Amino acid sequence: MATNSSEIRYLTPTSVEVKKKKYCRFKKSGIRYVDYKDPEFLKKFLNEQGKILPRRLTGTSLKYQRKVSQAVKRSRMIALLPYVTDLMK
Amino acid sequence: MLNQYETVFIATPVLSEAQIKEAVGKFKDLITASGSELIHEEHWGLKKLAYPIQKKSTGFYHLLEFKADPAFIGKLEIEFRRDERIIRFITLKLDKYAAEYSAKRQKKVNAKTQKEN
Repeated sequence: MATNSSEIRYLTPTSVEVKKKKYCRFKKSGIRYVDYKDPEFLKKFLNEQGKILPRRLTGTSLKYQRKVSQAVKRSRMIALLPYVTDLMK
Repeated sequence: MLNQYETVFIATPVLSEAQIKEAVGKFKDLITASGSELIHEEHWGLKKLAYPIQKKSTGFYHLLEFKADPAFIGKLEIEFRRDERIIRFITLKLDKYAAEYSAKRQKKVNAKTQKEN
């Protein structure tokens, strides 16, 4: 009698989400000031619609997330970054 | 007490080259006349705006960095608001890290311009 009859066999092995240890890129690279004038760097923290990504996805620490969001809002003010767009990347 | 400030402003694209220079010159003179010290200046030229401002989709960007006393900033901003050629401006006080960052940035920009000419 199949010993592991209770085990459900999947055709493809269930890929367990390998938990990548998130780190705060600002602490690691020692960046102290988030510049609102270069949109290329800030785009890493925006999703396709131009919204600011939450910390749980980017892994940045609270202190730098505030600096990033302030910089993004400032660069939106001087039209370097859009307020809302689609497929920005 | 002189703080360090940085202002970025956008001029309407309708202006000719001379008018742009004149507008920028006006603000530079305003800064130097008031006894504050202009540190750095950048002209990013005609850039595409991320969203239309006053029905225009491009603008002349200009960056001015200077040391001034706080009382002067009020006057500067009134001047910016009064001038129709400027469609958007932002003035910021630079803290320690920001000043350090902009000093580094200046070296890069100067080095680049040296290489060009």
